[in-house]
Amino acid sequence: MWEYTDKVQQHFLHPLNVGEIENPEGTGEVGSLACGDALKLTLRINEDEVITDAKFKTFGCASAIASSSVLTELIKGMKVSDAAKVTNEDIAEALGGLPKEKMHCSVMGREALEAAIADYRGVILPMAEGEVVCECFGVTDLEVIRAVKESDLKSVEEITNFTKAGGGCGKCEDKLRELLREAHSGTGIAEMIKPVEKQAKMTVLQKIKKIEEVLEREVKPALRKDGGDIELVDVDGDFVMVSLRGSCKSCAKSQMTLKEYVEKKLREQVLETLIVEEAK
Amino acid sequence: MECDEKSVIYMDNNATTKVSPEVVDAMMPFLTGCYGNPSSMHNFGGQVGLAVKEARRKIASLIGADTEEIIFTSCGTESDSTAILSALQAFPDKRHIVTTRVEHPAVKNLCENLDTLTGHKHRITKLKVGDDGRLDLDEYRDALSEDTAIVSVMWANNETGVIFPIAEMARMAKDRGILFHTDAVQAVGKIPVNLKELDVDFLSMSGHKLHAPKGVGVLYIRRGTPFVPFLTGGHQEGGRRGGTENVASIVGLGKACEIAERSIEIENTRVAELRDKLEEGLLTTIPKARLNGHKMERLPNTTNISFEFVEGEAILLHMNEFNICASSGSACTSGSLEPSHVLRAMGVPFTAAHGSIRFSLSVYNTEQEIDFVLEKMPNIISSLRELSPFWQEA
Repeated sequence: MWEYTDKVQQHFLHPLNVGEIENPEGTGEVGSLACGDALKLTLRINEDEVITDAKFKTFGCASAIASSSVLTELIKGMKVSDAAKVTNEDIAEALGGLPKEKMHCSVMGREALEAAIADYRGVILPMAEGEVVCECFGVTDLEVIRAVKESDLKSVEEITNFTKAGGGCGKCEDKLRELLREAHSGTGIAEMIKPVEKQAKMTVLQKIKKIEEVLEREVKPALRKDGGDIELVDVDGDFVMVSLRGSCKSCAKSQMTLKEYVEKKLREQVLETLIVEEAK
Repeated sequence: MECDEKSVIYMDNNATTKVSPEVVDAMMPFLTGCYGNPSSMHNFGGQVGLAVKEARRKIASLIGADTEEIIFTSCGTESDSTAILSALQAFPDKRHIVTTRVEHPAVKNLCENLDTLTGHKHRITKLKVGDDGRLDLDEYRDALSEDTAIVSVMWANNETGVIFPIAEMARMAKDRGILFHTDAVQAVGKIPVNLKELDVDFLSMSGHKLHAPKGVGVLYIRRGTPFVPFLTGGHQEGGRRGGTENVASIVGLGKACEIAERSIEIENTRVAELRDKLEEGLLTTIPKARLNGHKMERLPNTTNISFEFVEGEAILLHMNEFNICASSGSACTSGSLEPSHVLRAMGVPFTAAHGSIRFSLSVYNTEQEIDFVLEKMPNIISSLRELSPFWQEA
């Protein structure tokens, strides 16, 4: 059912560099049996800090196996400092692309490489400092933010495709949305990502009170300036029945007033589905 | 488009089945010269109506129902939704449903979305299953309440083949005056179903699981059961399901049911033997392989086996290289990121759930095919285990 490129199929059916290096200079292990994806990467690094050999062992699907295989081919011969710059996009590109739901497999490859390099240098992964936001898949906030920034992700769905976060019980969805905004803030994209506002259902009484409030505070003073007025007659579901008074009653532009002004104001400030009609 | 059917070893019959050549022959007139609308006044349409009637009779015969108790739908999923939503509307004060944790998404997702769908709050009890996939009847008895609108329990599980004690469960529901629905999509055509001897009120059936075409289903509604239609519109199906009948597929389904009355015997003998040979062979030649589901109380054609330390999609794609078709409960093949909810409900550890493969046979499988699969699988599993960081050679 996945549309895999020829390169993915090739690397899956005939993977390169399978195995484990004896006494490796760097080892990176990520994932787990529980996750459904795991990768163990071992590196041979010489005194000039060049990766002379790399081997992998992977538990996972065709994308995971192919990503691991192509990763080892990419980094063989690279200086460690260059290998540290390899991203999951590089891995996916080297495979001619991966289905979007499988992008997290390429992310796993990159994480294993990072872990192996950190192991070689004897440092703790900066990513290890993160706090787990997705409990189902053990994904941290730092991992999410990095994925968003590096792969320019624009939705929670994309975060799930790249990190698996949010793909289980879904409880972390709000937190993911927050992280998405955080990651984008300062670049103007934060404007585009609006949090889904769960509109609490208003009772009829609450609705009427709010409508009256807006009419009193804003609409009536404006109409009165021109010698007109407006009265709330009834509220039926989303229908707001009003009665125009004074000069508004005989004004040719009364319909326009109702729709362009009154309805717009009420939609903005009370409920976006309201419809304003003149009471007969 | 041409598909190379001859070279494929098809062991995914719980996903869908081959349409029997006899069924295709029975359908052809209705895709060519006999194109009338069964509801029309003229003879050209009316005679088509007779063919639909005859199909209905054959289907009723297979499952021990009366012809008036059969309505045609587009699929098993529609039948499931129709039954459950009908019960909720027939008894608007009852907001409780008893079902299981291993139902097909057609039932599972419907129940989970009922609140959003109807605007009312519902209480859904999902009965647990043991590690062999079976239910606890005491838990079931305790779950039934005054507030229960309907019970919906599948007859046979699509992933493991495990069969539930429908006769007893339907009787227990009847004793409490509660409607009983069963999704029998996987059971009909494979094992005997006789509604005359049961207290079942609603039963769902799907054409493409028993060698009829895709796009046709059946809902059995016991005479006297309060019923509210799901698809309203024209007067088809006695006003119970609007929409012009899928004549060709209905006729095909009728033919398939006629054939099934004869072939159920074969399913439970020859096909069961092939399944047993396959299962036995895999479990003995491949280490760290385990069967998922009860060995005895299950469909004769299904075996669900977990191969530890390797992943399902990878196994299937290697099998695909040999044109062997099956399916898996792994996360990667589920369309979501989680492995099969059925295996998880059975307590199958993640380590095994990800590497599960379901083989589901039919009357079209041969012993040579079984032997071929037994020849190829050990190598496939061992080559993937060589790649796996979790597999230690003993």
